[in-house]
Amino acid sequence: MRKPLKHWLALSGTLLALSAQANTELTVYTALEAEDLKKYAERFNQAHPDISIKWVRDSTGIITARLLAEKDNPRADAVWGLAGTSLMLLQKEGLLQGYAPKGVEALAPLYRDSQNPPQWVGMDAWMAAICFNTVEAKKHNLTPPQSWQDLTKPEYQNHIVMPHPASSGTGYLDVSAWLQTFGQDKGWAYMDGLHQNIKSYTHSGSKPCKMAASGEAAIGISFAFRGAREKENGAPLELIFPQEGLGWEMEAAAIIKGSKHSAAAQTLMDWVVSKPANELYNEGYAIVAMPGVAKPVKYFPAEPEKLLIKNDFAWAAQNRDSILTQWQSRYEGKAEAQ
Amino acid sequence: MKLTATAAHAPFTLPLSARQREKLFWALLMLLALAAFALLLLGPLYSLLSKSVADGSGQFVGLANFNAYLAGGGIQRGLSHSLWIASSSMLIVVSLAFACAWALTRTRLPLRGVIKALLMLPILAPSLLPALSLIYLFGEQGIFKSWLGDTSIYGPLGIVLGSCFWTFPHALMILLTAMSHADARHYEAADVLRASAWRTFFTVTLPNARYGLVSAAFVVFILVFTDFGVPKVIGGNYEVLATDIYKQVIGQQKFEMGAVISVLLLLPALLAFVADRWVQRRQAASVTARAVPYSPKTNRRRDLTGALLLSPVLGFILLVVGMAIYASLVRYWPYNLDLTLRNYEFGRMDGGGWSAYANSLTLASLTLLVGTSVVFFNAWLSERTPQPKPLLALFQLCSLLPLAVPGLTLGLAYIFFFNHPANPLNGLYGGMAILVMCTVAHFYSVAHLTALTSLKQLDQEFEAVGQSLRASRWRMLRQVTLPLSAPTLLDIALYLFVNAMTTVSAVIFLYGPDTALAAVAVLNMDEAGDTAPAAAMAVTIMATCLLAKGVHCLLSLWLTRHTQHWRGRA
Repeated sequence: MRKPLKHWLALSGTLLALSAQANTELTVYTALEAEDLKKYAERFNQAHPDISIKWVRDSTGIITARLLAEKDNPRADAVWGLAGTSLMLLQKEGLLQGYAPKGVEALAPLYRDSQNPPQWVGMDAWMAAICFNTVEAKKHNLTPPQSWQDLTKPEYQNHIVMPHPASSGTGYLDVSAWLQTFGQDKGWAYMDGLHQNIKSYTHSGSKPCKMAASGEAAIGISFAFRGAREKENGAPLELIFPQEGLGWEMEAAAIIKGSKHSAAAQTLMDWVVSKPANELYNEGYAIVAMPGVAKPVKYFPAEPEKLLIKNDFAWAAQNRDSILTQWQSRYEGKAEAQ
Repeated sequence: MKLTATAAHAPFTLPLSARQREKLFWALLMLLALAAFALLLLGPLYSLLSKSVADGSGQFVGLANFNAYLAGGGIQRGLSHSLWIASSSMLIVVSLAFACAWALTRTRLPLRGVIKALLMLPILAPSLLPALSLIYLFGEQGIFKSWLGDTSIYGPLGIVLGSCFWTFPHALMILLTAMSHADARHYEAADVLRASAWRTFFTVTLPNARYGLVSAAFVVFILVFTDFGVPKVIGGNYEVLATDIYKQVIGQQKFEMGAVISVLLLLPALLAFVADRWVQRRQAASVTARAVPYSPKTNRRRDLTGALLLSPVLGFILLVVGMAIYASLVRYWPYNLDLTLRNYEFGRMDGGGWSAYANSLTLASLTLLVGTSVVFFNAWLSERTPQPKPLLALFQLCSLLPLAVPGLTLGLAYIFFFNHPANPLNGLYGGMAILVMCTVAHFYSVAHLTALTSLKQLDQEFEAVGQSLRASRWRMLRQVTLPLSAPTLLDIALYLFVNAMTTVSAVIFLYGPDTALAAVAVLNMDEAGDTAPAAAMAVTIMATCLLAKGVHCLLSLWLTRHTQHWRGRA
């Protein structure tokens, strides 16, 4: 029993070594949904069967922290599916390798780094949304809110959960979007009002929608993709896209500087901006980087682009520390009093 | 291997007497143990600490980060919350664990083995499990929500309940070890002196368990103080220091601030170290070479008291575990309560699926093998061989230090240290070896304390007798100490296996493309909104650990039958 096994192992080891020559293994860091990974790799392999993708997947915050911590000795060859703001942060730290993928011109200008060659390319956009639990609403006699301002009405007191902006990128996305749409003073006044109704601040961006889906809260400030997924699974949710405009963020891809497989990483980038790739993104996201590709997605609004605010990512990144400090001094001390 | 290398050197060094040579030999072994600590713990921590006095770009800034953090004002709130949570959990857990340990070792209740196994259940589950379960029980949609009145489970109440649940077995394990080696002669003496049951309790039982009580208290305190999992999931708006690390490192990628808070979290470890030294100086062996193992006599009233003490704890644990299992079988809580096994088809969710589970098994088995041998050998070295005082003190500090290092911090420290281009070991990064090293280091302290408590209760006279019989210390170790400690070894092995199966925080930065882990998959599935599959994977992990526990029980039983005869009177 033992001997044949050994032989078998030796044999398979040789086979692996042989196939490795023909096959490049690319280590790709990602924050994509876990169940989508297989699909993404398969589609890519239909075009490039000679490159196999080794995924390292985790939440946005952890993947970003990990890439930064590995800065002196990078382990990833590429990143495919990470928040645009995270990639901008990595760019600032000098971790990214510029490369102009074939056909990158076909992407909307907003969805590619302005440097030449671009250091990152966008894939799709995800946007803020309110997850509203209709069963709990009936129980507590709540009317569906139509706008961000509606959320400050006294009827919603203690029914709203939102992500903590210092813990979650989604949380900061909301805060910076409100400050951009309403202006500094009105933005903070809005959050003062909202804070009165907040039941709790969560540490992850998808949690509020999950809490709304399972009835732990009636209203969760989260993002559309998560809401659509929960609805698909049978949650009694209504997705609300406030009329004042939605904060949004893109998913993006890049090559990590120092990759030992840069040729394969470039092949990946070429595919990442291609039309089939954009069609793939469109299966879960209503807005994709290549204009004219997107078809409507279930549970999303018909013309999602029109709802997005003009998001100034550079401003949001620059002012992050001061905004978070102010946010924490305003709401954290009071938070426990409730 | 270590042995031959050092032993070959010893005879050719200085013209020393045999005694001195022997001392030198043991001290060298101890230095080797310390070198391992330097590699697995001190090196990584140093890399991290140097971050705490540098700015984001690596420039040395002295204590500026500390000043910035202290001035931020978060510290007072976070610190007072952390202290409050940790001390109340400590009081609750230690009193309950002591009561249960007493009931298990001093009564003749039937099914004690089964009860003990059930009480250890929480340690078998990933910490996400009680948090999810408490929400199903007492959350907005919880079946017992009305019990709480206006109090919300999201907040201090939830954190304390969750923390008590997962730290209880840690305390119970230490206290059971402390109390199971009782000397029957003390009780006989008390009997002869017609001491009342209470007096016996206060003059015999309690003093004997003293060392265990103190150990259990600071283990629980520090576990709760540094844990971020439970507060993250069920803490609501109640900010504690450990979640602050999460906010700084994961939320804002400010490693230097994360390092600052880690340094602040390390302080309790130093306190614990002082406390431990202080108590230890007063600890005398309670099982002497002449000891006779205690076995309680039939006493209906005492058994009844034991049953009363055990039932509420047992009830709570079964409730929490049962709820998690039920939730993993429900199609969509709370709106569709049909039962289904669909959540166990991990292939559908990916997230690592079954290969992650296989990786976890490998990690747990390797941690068990490496960890148990290293921990026990080191504890024996420090307790049973002549060692210079300074080395011993350093060793004690090193072996308690991991307890104070939050997993998230240790994981980051490992990246900084092992992934440094100048580190010759950087090839280990991303593989299974570094996961094993990190896990052993992470869970070293409790295993060490367990080994130490057990070794302390074996009289030093054993060694003295051994020496006079010209039996070498190795032989004493093999023929006396190891067999005597076999049950403890099994406990340590189980502890390490189980923790390696369930740990998340330290390994989350360290796993590579081929080494995804099951407990991380639980976290990822929960984050992705697949709560029920997450619960299902958590239950699968628990079932695996339960199986390990079953093997542990059989082995213990076999051991008691075959090697522990000497404990009973012929």
